[in-house]
Amino acid sequence: MSGPGGSFLARALRHRSFMLGGALTVGMLGMAAISLFWTPGEAISLNVAHRMRPPSLEYWLGTDKFGRDIFSMLMAGAQNSITVGVVAVSIGLVAGVILGAWASAKRGWIEEAVMRFSDFSFAFPAILSAIMLTAIIGPGGVTSILAIGIYNIPVFARLTRGVANAVWAREFVLAARAAGKGAVRITIEHVLPNILSIIIVQATISFAIAILAEAALSYLGLGTQPPQPSWGRMLSEAQALIFLAPMQAIYPGVTIALSVFGLNLLGDGLRDLLDPRLARKR
Amino acid sequence: MSVFLFKRLLTFILTLFGASVIIFAAMEILPGDPALVILGVDASPEAVQALTEKLGLDRPVPERYFDWITGVLGGDFGISYSYKTPVSELIIDSLKITVPLAIMAMLLATAIAIVLGIYAAANHNRPADVGIMGISQLGISIPSFWLGILLVLLFAVNLRWFSAGGFPGWDRDFFGSFRALILPAVSLATVQAAILARITRSAVLDVFREDFVRTARAKGVSRRRALWGHVLRNALIPVITIMGLQFANLLAGTVVIESVFTLPGLGQLVLKAINNRDLIIVEGTVLLLAAMVVAVNFLVDILYALIDPRLKVSDI
Repeated sequence: MSGPGGSFLARALRHRSFMLGGALTVGMLGMAAISLFWTPGEAISLNVAHRMRPPSLEYWLGTDKFGRDIFSMLMAGAQNSITVGVVAVSIGLVAGVILGAWASAKRGWIEEAVMRFSDFSFAFPAILSAIMLTAIIGPGGVTSILAIGIYNIPVFARLTRGVANAVWAREFVLAARAAGKGAVRITIEHVLPNILSIIIVQATISFAIAILAEAALSYLGLGTQPPQPSWGRMLSEAQALIFLAPMQAIYPGVTIALSVFGLNLLGDGLRDLLDPRLARKR
Repeated sequence: MSVFLFKRLLTFILTLFGASVIIFAAMEILPGDPALVILGVDASPEAVQALTEKLGLDRPVPERYFDWITGVLGGDFGISYSYKTPVSELIIDSLKITVPLAIMAMLLATAIAIVLGIYAAANHNRPADVGIMGISQLGISIPSFWLGILLVLLFAVNLRWFSAGGFPGWDRDFFGSFRALILPAVSLATVQAAILARITRSAVLDVFREDFVRTARAKGVSRRRALWGHVLRNALIPVITIMGLQFANLLAGTVVIESVFTLPGLGQLVLKAINNRDLIIVEGTVLLLAAMVVAVNFLVDILYALIDPRLKVSDI
């Protein structure tokens, strides 16, 4: 992984947006990880005697209308966003890459069918799928995961098919075919390693979009349900109290924005670092 | 060209058909008897039986799909269980809010994005470019519904220039209704503009690198004249494409923003219908939203082919 200008690590350390994005992402992951065993206050159980407290040493960002510690809820909410994001993007990535690689290896009507399926899926933005899924299986984290996952399948299928087609046209693939290797083996040994960096970049961007979508779904009440804290629902609860405690509507939004901003910067940075040719074109 | 048109039209119709089948099938596999849901658990078996027959729920699925889809094509979406009025009337009422809101947001986003994108490209790698790109990177990261809440906080709670939500109705108060859509449109447009500005900028920069622009510049055309005379027209092609693709996100955003500002549009209609288990509304509105997305993408494809005659059928 060494390119012009030194090793990957040396270039990464010099890349400002990669480092900032990486720091924000590590911060978000760290918040979620720490919240698994420790939070400064109560994120889930209600304590009405301590409701609507201002920020203090005990309650870093104050408490909400049920007396839950807001900072702790933000930490536990990170867990929720990351779980939904990772599982949903994994569903989209695995299914999409398989479909895209299959289309690219077989071409012909299979490719046509996969592409038409992708076109078709674009008619259903994540929110529409979530609305239908909520009608069928009810609201909840699973609804968010499925809706966002389904939305991501054509995203990865299209991307994979496009870049895989370019790899299939290269000489080393021709050599592999001449050597008698089958389509599956060529896909695994030659195509996937060559498109991996583009898939990683897309996964990072998709993760950012998934966090936004999860927040919107739980804001609407279609996603994660109480008592599991989620950033979107914290915003919808805060909006009801906006005249009373405006700052409660600020914290979750800033947390979402910073997480998404970090992942977007990380994705851009990775694109520059993993594929310098693309970076120069931009 | 006519082959291309025919192929796209066929795909368009097939996609709509597929969407309607999926939506109908999804509502079909719902747990619970719709008649029981409407009447409540205390209803007598005879009443449930009578309503099942009245709604035609005892008939075979394909027959009911055919009835539903022919009705929809004729503008008849059925009667809502909870409102006791035709779903088509509810949909038309809510479209009077959702469509103007989406159009206002799209126009605003396009205006902001094109100005900022061109300005950034014209000042490539200068502070203005870096600043605009930094702000747009932040804009992409902000959930539009949170921006809506922030705008409420600033303009409704603190400055009291706008109300925090609600909609007076076009007939009753035209100007007030327009005002009620301004903050929601701004929230939606900001995020869209951030995305589109980046696309505009990179499209303009890409075209600047093309041979014909280099030739024009070599012949002594100034950078500014090359921009207005040659670059913009060609740079708009990718911008229009992305605008079409973004339309689905814009509609999805509208559903959420209507919740923030309690606007009785299509989003509110469908969310309330879910809570009331009024599935016939969910069916109709989801189909309509999906159809809008498919129709816009179809139009973009056509527009794309009209603008760029180099495009071959095999490329699509």
